[in-house]
Amino acid sequence: MNNFQYTRVKSPATAITELSKNPAAKLLAGGTNLIDLMKYGVMSPDKLVDINRLEFSDIKRGQGTLHIGSMVRNSVAAADATVLEYQPLLSQAMLAGASAQLRNKASMGGNLLQRTRCPYFYDITADCNKRAPGTGCSALEGFNRMHAIFGASSSCIAVNPSDMNVALVALDAVVQVSGPKGNRSIMMADFHRLPGTHPELDSTLDKKEIITGIVIPDNAFAKHTTYLKVRDRASYAFALISVAAALEMDGSTIKDLRLAMGGVAHKPWRLTEAENFLKGKTASVANFKLAAELAMKGAKSYGHNDFKLKLAPNSIIQALKTASGVKA
Amino acid sequence: MIENKSQEEQGIKGNSRRDFLKKSSVITAIALTPAAAVKASDLKLDERFSDALEQQSLSIEINGQQHELKVEPRLTLLDLLRERLKLTGTKKGCDQGQCGACTVHIDGVRTNSCLTLAIMHDGAKITTIEGLSNGTRLHPMQEAFIKHDGFQCGYCTPGQIMSAVACINEGHANSETEIREFMSGNICRCGAYANIVNAIQEVKAGGKI
Ligand SMILES: Cc1cc2nc3c(=O)[nH]c(=O)nc-3n(C[C@H](O)[C@H](O)[C@H](O)COP(=O)(O)OP(=O)(O)OC[C@H]3O[C@@H](n4cnc5c(N)ncnc54)[C@H](O)[C@@H]3O)c2cc1C
Ligand code: SF4
Ligand code: FES
Ligand code: FES
Repeated sequence: MNNFQYTRVKSPATAITELSKNPAAKLLAGGTNLIDLMKYGVMSPDKLVDINRLEFSDIKRGQGTLHIGSMVRNSVAAADATVLEYQPLLSQAMLAGASAQLRNKASMGGNLLQRTRCPYFYDITADCNKRAPGTGCSALEGFNRMHAIFGASSSCIAVNPSDMNVALVALDAVVQVSGPKGNRSIMMADFHRLPGTHPELDSTLDKKEIITGIVIPDNAFAKHTTYLKVRDRASYAFALISVAAALEMDGSTIKDLRLAMGGVAHKPWRLTEAENFLKGKTASVANFKLAAELAMKGAKSYGHNDFKLKLAPNSIIQALKTASGVKA
Repeated sequence: MIENKSQEEQGIKGNSRRDFLKKSSVITAIALTPAAAVKASDLKLDERFSDALEQQSLSIEINGQQHELKVEPRLTLLDLLRERLKLTGTKKGCDQGQCGACTVHIDGVRTNSCLTLAIMHDGAKITTIEGLSNGTRLHPMQEAFIKHDGFQCGYCTPGQIMSAVACINEGHANSETEIREFMSGNICRCGAYANIVNAIQEVKAGGKI
């Protein structure tokens, strides 16, 4: 690891000042992604600004909302009684990610901004537009089993690796940030970007901004939520495909729902068309199949990930069956 | 290596050459003998020279013993334990958060020591495998691992045991399935999993921790 300067900040304002002063500085939360990338030489900030002592560690109820501070550890949020009562889908998704030890360090803010696990992004000898803009994308013609089937570009076909993000986009979460120009809120659906011609940018967060918390509006989904994660081993592996499903049932009718997928795009992928189709319909395997077909419109695979074109719709159907309790 | 940094990481486009010079001088500095390095810094050959080698104070308690140290920010907690303090019970498997061999407790919370910087833990209390026994009396989890053959080569074992103790303390050892899920961050190449689960179940049932 290259050496760097280190400073521990006690206020968000100091953190923002540090970022404004030094464009090559990075915030350090749990470090489970950043330190890993620094060891590989994928990222080499001049300065780390340690935000672990900032008081973004509360989980509290607001008016019709749940607020989770950006420094709350994933393990703490996943086990929190309020989170379990109001947003169990989020807990399920976080528990499907990483390992118990890693979740003890991983923060909400750091998880939002964790970078792709594309092997060429990690290999500093490989061409990669995300790591070194303009060098090309080695995954396009390379080993692309983990890669995107939606929203990719000829510049980058990487996926966002987070489980938590899939639940957050399904739940219409809002990311709260603070910067030199004050505070602002970013809808989760707008927080992550598609690669386009600038795959080096993962999110719409400004370099000088700090995430302070996440707000999730109340909903009536708690009884019917599922996070289905398909991976190469039973635990402690990134998703090949994941599906977050949250339903509000009225008898056998789907009154309202949210659907999102992970492992398929540069951002957590909301399945709006499938949602619109299922809203007000009877929960049945036939309808789930039609919804999955709609969700797959426009999907494109790159060779090694062709299997996702089949795995993804099957996963959507399975997640909907589990969430609704519909068997056959 | 440095040339491969994206513009994003470099922050400013025009900065890359200076950045490279700065870092290459650090590499040179590290290659120099200590005496030559001191001389180089006396001569102010590079303004960033001393910055890069900057050591910061760290006050940390490890297995009940207080340490007042000076460390480079990039020193991981794992390297502090193994290389500086010669506490080699904690193992380095992957150094990337993927195996769990480096698991220690930081203020009672199990953590991969390879992916965390020592300097982040100023004021913290660390427990490693060396701090688990009570003198020569083994911790119940250590005894259970021996009784159940919870290992073969033993390389993953310190991490497994630290993780297993935390797994029970967290309340995640109520069934075999739950134990397997919450111990999945500890990989065993010898495949001692079944015996590890038995050891944990016995300690959990014994109620001694
Ligand atoms: C072996 C392994 C397996 C894993 N498996 C999974 C998995 O299956 N599923 C999954 O979802 N994740 C997985 N992860 C990733 C893990 O969830 C992330 O590393 C973690 O969530 C990152 O959080 P952190 O606090 O450690 O972030 P850090 O590493 O500290 O930071 C990550 C990035 O976020 C920025 N940042 C952090 N906090 C803020 C803030 N408040 N404001 C602005 N910027 C901020 C940092 O500057 C940095 O760029 C795995 C990781 C490892 C090492
Ligand atoms: S898919 Fe994206 S991250 Fe992977 S090599 Fe291509 S540009 Fe880099
Ligand atoms: S050495 Fe830390 S997880 Fe492998
Ligand atoms: S005992 Fe050999 S790796 Fe686990």
